Amino acid sequence: MSNGYVRKEMLHELPAPDGTKGIFYWLKTNLFSTPLNALATFIALYVIYKVVPPVIDFALISPAWFGENREVCATLKQGGVKPDDWFGACWPYVGANMKLFIYGRYPPDEIWRVNIVYLMFAISGACLLIPKVPYKLPNLLFMFGVFPVAAFVLLTGGHVMLDGFLVAGSFMGPSFAAFWVDFLILTCIFIALATFIARGTDSDPMPSIRMVILGMVVLAVVMAIISAPLGLEHVETEIWGGLLVTLVIAVSGIVASLPIGILLALGRRSKMPAVKMLSVMFIEFWRGVPLITVLFMSSVMLPLFLPEGVTFDKLLRALIGVTLFQSAYMAEVIRGGIQALPKGQYEGAMALGLNYWQMIQKIILPQALTLVIPGIVNTFIGLFKDTTLVLIIGLFDFLGQIQSSFSDPTWATPVQAMSGYLFAAVIYWIFCFSMSRYSIFMEQRLDTGHRN
Amino acid sequence: MAVDKGGGGVSGEVANTGTQKTAFFNDPKVRSSVIQAILIAILVYAVWSLISNTATNLSAQGKTFGFGFMQNASGFDVNQSLVEYSRESSFWRVYLVGLLNTLLVAILGIFFATLIGFSIGVARLSKNWIISKAAYCYVEAMRNIPLLLWIFIFYFGVLRLLPGKREPYGVSLDGALGYLSVGGWIAPKPIAGDLLWLTGIAIIIGIIASYFINSWATKRQMATGQQFPKGLTTLGLVVGLPIVVFLLSGLPLSFDYPKLARFGARGGMSVLPEFIALLTALTIYTSAFIAEIVRAGILAINKGQTEASYALGLRAKPTLNLVIIPQALRVIIPPLTNQFLNLTKNSSLAVAIAYPELVSIFAGTALNQSGRETEIIMITMLTYLVLSLLTSSFMNWYNNRMALVER
Amino acid sequence: MKIKLLSAVFGVAMAATSYSASAQDAKTLDRVVAKGFVQCGVSQGLPGFSNPSSDGSWSGMDVDVCRGVAAAIFGDDTKVKYTPLSAKERFTALSSGEIDVLSRNTTWTATRDTQLGLNFAGVNYYDGQGFLVRKDLGINSALELNGASVCTNTGTTTELNVTDYFTSNKMEYELVAFEKADEVVAAYDSKRCDVYTTDASALYAQRLKLNDPSAHVVLPEIISKEPLGPVVRQGDDQWFNIVRWTVFAMINAEELGVSSKNVADMKSSDNPAIKRLLGVEGTFGEGLGIGNDWAANIISKVGNYGESFETHVGPKTSLGIARGVNALWSKGGIQYAPPIR
Repeated sequence: MSNGYVRKEMLHELPAPDGTKGIFYWLKTNLFSTPLNALATFIALYVIYKVVPPVIDFALISPAWFGENREVCATLKQGGVKPDDWFGACWPYVGANMKLFIYGRYPPDEIWRVNIVYLMFAISGACLLIPKVPYKLPNLLFMFGVFPVAAFVLLTGGHVMLDGFLVAGSFMGPSFAAFWVDFLILTCIFIALATFIARGTDSDPMPSIRMVILGMVVLAVVMAIISAPLGLEHVETEIWGGLLVTLVIAVSGIVASLPIGILLALGRRSKMPAVKMLSVMFIEFWRGVPLITVLFMSSVMLPLFLPEGVTFDKLLRALIGVTLFQSAYMAEVIRGGIQALPKGQYEGAMALGLNYWQMIQKIILPQALTLVIPGIVNTFIGLFKDTTLVLIIGLFDFLGQIQSSFSDPTWATPVQAMSGYLFAAVIYWIFCFSMSRYSIFMEQRLDTGHRN
Repeated sequence: MAVDKGGGGVSGEVANTGTQKTAFFNDPKVRSSVIQAILIAILVYAVWSLISNTATNLSAQGKTFGFGFMQNASGFDVNQSLVEYSRESSFWRVYLVGLLNTLLVAILGIFFATLIGFSIGVARLSKNWIISKAAYCYVEAMRNIPLLLWIFIFYFGVLRLLPGKREPYGVSLDGALGYLSVGGWIAPKPIAGDLLWLTGIAIIIGIIASYFINSWATKRQMATGQQFPKGLTTLGLVVGLPIVVFLLSGLPLSFDYPKLARFGARGGMSVLPEFIALLTALTIYTSAFIAEIVRAGILAINKGQTEASYALGLRAKPTLNLVIIPQALRVIIPPLTNQFLNLTKNSSLAVAIAYPELVSIFAGTALNQSGRETEIIMITMLTYLVLSLLTSSFMNWYNNRMALVER
Repeated sequence: MKIKLLSAVFGVAMAATSYSASAQDAKTLDRVVAKGFVQCGVSQGLPGFSNPSSDGSWSGMDVDVCRGVAAAIFGDDTKVKYTPLSAKERFTALSSGEIDVLSRNTTWTATRDTQLGLNFAGVNYYDGQGFLVRKDLGINSALELNGASVCTNTGTTTELNVTDYFTSNKMEYELVAFEKADEVVAAYDSKRCDVYTTDASALYAQRLKLNDPSAHVVLPEIISKEPLGPVVRQGDDQWFNIVRWTVFAMINAEELGVSSKNVADMKSSDNPAIKRLLGVEGTFGEGLGIGNDWAANIISKVGNYGESFETHVGPKTSLGIARGVNALWSKGGIQYAPPIR
């Protein structure tokens, strides 16, 4: 099958023609290809020259690195030791307040509890995000089931006061026992309900009863853990602060808004007009108002909405506001994923005889959620940045804690604010940039194979 | 739950015995209406208990619900107002002042953010290495830092580097361009002369005339293929004509120049430092997002479009104007509108630096002074909701108009 | 599946309501005794009045009122929990039952007393609104402030007072109102404003947060009356009396010369007024629903009014405020408490 006119051996590679390699060629094609381009290059260089060196000088060349108080960061005229034309960051101030920025005023003896939570979150989160790590499902269960309870107990110390909520309270007085009596009553009601429905549908009631019991047992374990005296000192959320509050709000916001978002997204795609209308109204309302008004509402008006005597602490109020707001955005992201699935998936599922929830649970959601992982990460980035708004309603998140440290006279100098903000900017940037890189990475990973 | 015999997994049995009378639970119609009825009942109950709780709590505080208080005099002053305002003005006036200040910063912010965003977006696709890298760095730096932090950086950081109010920049020019200090920019205030209305009319005439000339020129080009210098005539009519009229009517515009006094510059027109900081932060933050949208929009256009256009004999500029941009806009406009909306909503962060916009003076000061949380938060949220619904209905209309007509 | 979901929703609702549900219809005192502490609303940080230290403990004159109430009820001044509140949140927090008493430099006005369902239990500091300016401006009177920028807190009586003052004196000014006190201080310190106006006591306190406190001066003009004191909900007279008489007990103690140092000795005093105050004679505590040694507890744990003043805001502290009108009526001031008899 050989063709006589086809060369058998490869030709030697020739060097590139003169003038098409080397730094000058690169400069010529990339920077100075046309006069206009050259002009643009010079303008860009000038702007870079104007912006970058001063920032580097402020942050890395001129700053004070060590010191005990404001003197090392103030000029002679301001009562310090630096020359009068000195202008640089005050890093010892950041170093001295680092604990405050990370933990707020959390008791120093109890900080190990926060560190455990950070560690659990970091490991589980990393394993969840890196596609190669196995055991995704157990990890997911840990992240959305075990972790929140563990973090809650560790951070607050547990000790939640339980009380009767149905009938027992009226004859027993407030106590743990009353709660468990009511809990038992509620379980019986659920079992009866499940049996009744199963009878109505002529099917075996046992599976649903088993499920109810399982659900209630899990719930009972959770309630028992958060109310048990575990010997941990109670730490009120009032004194939480810094990165801790930022992460608590961001993570609980995303964990809580995911299931609500899924329900809303399904509701918006529902064929039942009332369900659809309510979902649309909910989503459009929260998407239409600024987060800050939501936070105002939850901090000032929530006490008005609740029955007299029922109060939430400030952090919980902010969390409720953030979750309601975020779940509307989450719903839209997930709806995108659900809509992207071809119709055949639904038809296939129905042809197999699955009912609605089975179809959603086993066919639709696993695919849709995988598709929208980049979207969820982007929402998380947005939420992470939006957590800064809670400082307006008086919570001390990372930025709020930095801002409040400005009133500390030990470090009060003209460069203090700039140093603090620069530090905050770097931290936020690292978090957000790495997450957005991750989202791009996932996007590219998910993209393969779908192209025609 | 096992698939084959789950609690709700009854479809198989029913399918086998089609003639059997279906339990009413299994009738999808009945089931769906029952679910909806339950849902609505729960919702009605929730809303009712919310309202009754609020009513109980309000009456416990001795308050009633109503908007009558909005007629009362506010009693406080506002440092930036586009309409007449004093301490005797009603809370409705406060609302109006706040809304106008919100719209002012939003409109200017949208204008500048779009301008910068488009430039940066195009720059990111530039073949010039340094331009595209610089644009990339700009985008990544701006959008990965929270907006509130940007506002603080500009307000408490950058603006604080300006000189004090008694030794402002601009002294050497004797205030011809106003004075710039930590107290903001005290600019010369334009005062309209008697004949300025002539120039205004000239602008209106110019716009109307150029509209008619343009549509005539397009029609003629369609019919005969002859081109008409549309750009030049439009420029002449809209800009040139008013300038000529302005000059002929004897420069009917003077300025009230600020003067230095004990507490810094007085007179003129004051541009608040809070406004400058907020506008700058909103602009750069949003422009980074707009740049990404523009880039994605242009990249979404298939390269074949350019090649086909070249093959038809169009040169680079008409290709860009007639082929690429119209198609890219279709992709760009919807997310762009979203960004405009975000910018408007984000202007509420001004509450952190005391720029008197809607949330700051109405949901802040007015709320505190009147003690009417419920009514005021309600009005504020409703306002933003209406703004956003208007925007999204515009977007839907635009999408329908621009949607690709296929098959 | 649906059932599981439903039970989860119920569980959450249950957890939420049981988290902090407590019967509001019970009397405040009973609830406080049941939970074992007084929940006290304070400011978010005002040196001398209510200020958190870096270890999270609170101190100040307003805090002393809270400690006094706890001492009167439990005999232990540490049984207090503090809720820092902004000007905006304070009244809702009180009327919703989130806090038992609001002790947060709150001005007693007719509107607040009559229209918000609140009762002012007394006055623990007579204040008035003043102006803080830079010394280098060379200003000696508030009447020279024509054309100045004035910074203050939004949503307070000061904002209205300053508007009235400048309008009635026909002076031009620019009002810049911030949401939080720290922001006002930052803005004033960076020369954004020429004047910082708020209650004079707070001016002395906030001056400490400035870069160079000695470069600023409080002008002599006081443009308003600002009686500051603890606030309780309307409709619970017993609780109202406890808070009111806590303040009175501290003032009476100073007048009678009883202090935290000599309270133990004073119990054997021959002065019948002191005997009644310290619960040696009479059953005044019973009338309040608490122990008869209530006032003795307040004085031994917290001190009398004069001690509280001297420790937190007096001339020897960094705030350096003179007693002025807050001196006892017998010493030329207007602090006056009804007698215990």
